[in-house]
Amino acid sequence: MSRWRIVRLIAAKDLRIERRSRVMTNQVLPFAAVTMVMFAFALDAKGAPGDNQEASTVLELVAPGLVWLATLFSLLVLVQRAFAVESDDGALDALRVAGVDPVAIYWGKSLALAAQLAVLEVLLLVTAVFLYGAEVPLGGVALLAVTLVLATTGLACVGTLYGGLTAGFSGRESLLPLLVLPVVAPVLIGATRAVESALGTDGVALSEGWPWVGLLAVFAAAFGVGGALAFGPLIEEAT
Amino acid sequence: MNETLTSTPEATARRAGTGTRATRILGVLTVAMMGWLVAFGLGFSPADRDQADSVRIMYVHVPTVWVAYVAFAATALCSALYLFGKKKSLGFDRFAGASAEIGVVFMALTLVSGMLWGRITWGVYWQWDARLTTTALLFVSYIGYLAVRNLGGSHHQRAKRSAVIGMLVVLEVPLVHFSVRMWRSLHQDASVLDPDGDVTLDGLMLFSLFVGVIAFSLLYAWLLLHRSRGLALQDMIDDQGLDRALDARRAEAVAG
Repeated sequence: MSRWRIVRLIAAKDLRIERRSRVMTNQVLPFAAVTMVMFAFALDAKGAPGDNQEASTVLELVAPGLVWLATLFSLLVLVQRAFAVESDDGALDALRVAGVDPVAIYWGKSLALAAQLAVLEVLLLVTAVFLYGAEVPLGGVALLAVTLVLATTGLACVGTLYGGLTAGFSGRESLLPLLVLPVVAPVLIGATRAVESALGTDGVALSEGWPWVGLLAVFAAAFGVGGALAFGPLIEEAT
Repeated sequence: MNETLTSTPEATARRAGTGTRATRILGVLTVAMMGWLVAFGLGFSPADRDQADSVRIMYVHVPTVWVAYVAFAATALCSALYLFGKKKSLGFDRFAGASAEIGVVFMALTLVSGMLWGRITWGVYWQWDARLTTTALLFVSYIGYLAVRNLGGSHHQRAKRSAVIGMLVVLEVPLVHFSVRMWRSLHQDASVLDPDGDVTLDGLMLFSLFVGVIAFSLLYAWLLLHRSRGLALQDMIDDQGLDRALDARRAEAVAG
């Protein structure tokens, strides 16, 4: 069986589990939504109703960052979930014993995670646009789409890598954020700036966003490859 | 089990301590150099024209950050040696772990001394400057590395897992540093306080700084030897604990 076929099988398996268990729709999405609302409570200092359009509210200014913060928090939940289904019944060990290529497992699980993240991010962005009053100029849509794809790839790769590492250990709920958050700091910075310029937040020009896309691409490539190499040794030794 | 670098746990245990002649000499040298550093840092070196006496923080700040970076580099190197070496020597793993622990401590000292200096010189404890932000993230990353070391499992499981993490940080650090620099270069507020302000050092200051770097490097080597031997003993206790428990169960089976 070719590697690519295994990747698709693993990804399809994860998405099928997801479709049947509906954890994403019933828990993760509501969690992300409530996070966004909480941000609004915490930061909406000036946005009185009937305010004129010139004065940007705090929320409008920080909306791009909030979208990615909510994504990061949801990523942690999704990763826990993605590996809970594996380690609960020793499924990861079974895959390993069956001689399935660890690189294929890694990419497959990353792909499934990326698909779920992408859905989440699109919904969050739409929420941000409506809830916080951000606006998308037409030219920003392309930048937004590319940013979304690259940032999602990077996040999914890092998430899968560290999810595999902590799978099956007690205390993984608290260890995972400690490991993942410092690593994905570049994605948070890059994706936030790119979305800022795509939305034209605070007068940031559209052209300023593209260098950040480069950073996101480098990050995704580095962890896509580095993660694939590291994942094998990591899960080999998992209990 | 082949121990190439450290002495074997058994040899360490026989000595009833982690000290050897080499570490004792190293320790004496360290203390002597520290005394010299105190004399030069607080006594002989002049106060700075602009920064007055606060410049003396530099004699601790620069050596600690030097040691922290050396320690993290050593962790990455030892991780690679463990992972790619044929013998899979646990000695390298313990060196990596001991080095990371020392690195975290010295990184904390760097952050604290830097903040004190910043408060006096810039008027604030913290600036979202690229170097500071990267350092803070690096600090947290290595705390994560140490947490991974404590996940449990056999010694070789721990070694392999943490070696992979130790090497991933090498991938992470340049990315974090580059992104933070990009972030700051675009969004830096006009500031009078230039964190990279060139301080041209007078000869005696440079010499004191040099003494500091030597003194703290010796301290690092001394701590590294002791700590890695301590970790070796810890591993031995774990092994023996398991053996003892097995023996106890067997004895119970025989008695029953």
